[in-house]
Amino acid sequence: MVEESCTEFETAGVKKHFMFVNRRAPHGSIYALESLEMVLISAAFEQHAAIVFIDDGVFQIKKGQDTKALGVKNFSPTYGVVEMEKQDAEEDDDMDMVWRIIVEKESMEARGLSADDLIVGVEVLGAGALSALMDAQDVVLSG
Amino acid sequence: MKFGIVVNEGPFTHQASDTAYLFAKAACEKGHRVMRVFFYYDGVNNANKLSSPQADDRNLVKLWGALAVEHKVDLVVCVSAALRRGIRQEILAEGFRISGLGQLIELSMAADRTVVFGD
Amino acid sequence: MLHTVNKSPFERNALESCLRLAVKGASVLLIEDGVIAALAGTSASDRIAERMNDLKFYVLAPDIDARGLGDRPLVDGVEVVDYGGFVDLVAAHDAVNAWL
Repeated sequence: MVEESCTEFETAGVKKHFMFVNRRAPHGSIYALESLEMVLISAAFEQHAAIVFIDDGVFQIKKGQDTKALGVKNFSPTYGVVEMEKQDAEEDDDMDMVWRIIVEKESMEARGLSADDLIVGVEVLGAGALSALMDAQDVVLSG
Repeated sequence: MKFGIVVNEGPFTHQASDTAYLFAKAACEKGHRVMRVFFYYDGVNNANKLSSPQADDRNLVKLWGALAVEHKVDLVVCVSAALRRGIRQEILAEGFRISGLGQLIELSMAADRTVVFGD
Repeated sequence: MLHTVNKSPFERNALESCLRLAVKGASVLLIEDGVIAALAGTSASDRIAERMNDLKFYVLAPDIDARGLGDRPLVDGVEVVDYGGFVDLVAAHDAVNAWL
């Protein structure tokens, strides 16, 4: 460890708007899984978060993923935990944390999908509305 | 201004680590503070002290370590991403430390700007 | 917001998605292979040219030079910056969005 580097930061009272951008299909790379892990860890920090699926990222939350023949972990049920964190935050009056799960309408429709095909409840936003939301973020984390 | 940097890719295979390093260096030279560089996904491979590039090429692992010392930058490797990829304490390069994914969120909360470098 | 695009428009849809979702007045910095989008006279040049009225475009000089593109004309209106300029752009915008 480097001497004198500051490893403790002052974050008391900080409340930022985070956007987690997912643009890649699951399983072709690890980005979907490790991005999901990042979202789940972030819950403990009670920041506002928009978990957004754009382009092939919409496939990350497609229902019915069966990875048995590939022998890889099917982590798609874990998106349900994200949904749960979102709902817990909505129901807890003491918690000032707003989470949104968002799919870009153009990306979803271009890929022949609808909200019914998805494993979690989502807000479907057109590019115009999503771009305004994106522009308002404090931090954007892309995988 | 306080910067946080996230590096998503390992050295050499993608340009991300080079770009992040040059950005971090430029930021420090301009008097900004680079609080922490968080290495996630394959970015954890930047901390592998066994990396041996050709002698006439840059040594990114060492460059990051030197930046950490010169400008007091905290270099953090994500423990879960590191375990997957076999980056363990015994092969960790000078200047890096292994810690949890929460350090990335904390960095973004504390920094004025968070910049991601990836592929 | 500052958007960074690091992939060529011929390789990935990152630039296309960035341009679809960047709001009027935002800045786009082309880095790494993304600098290819700044070249004039390619089949992708119009993507940037068409948005010159509502977005500000920048390209990172060391990446242009490394790829031997320093002698090629760029799309009109693209501003060339160095790493110091990259840092200044990050400082001047509220947040950075990396399109990978």
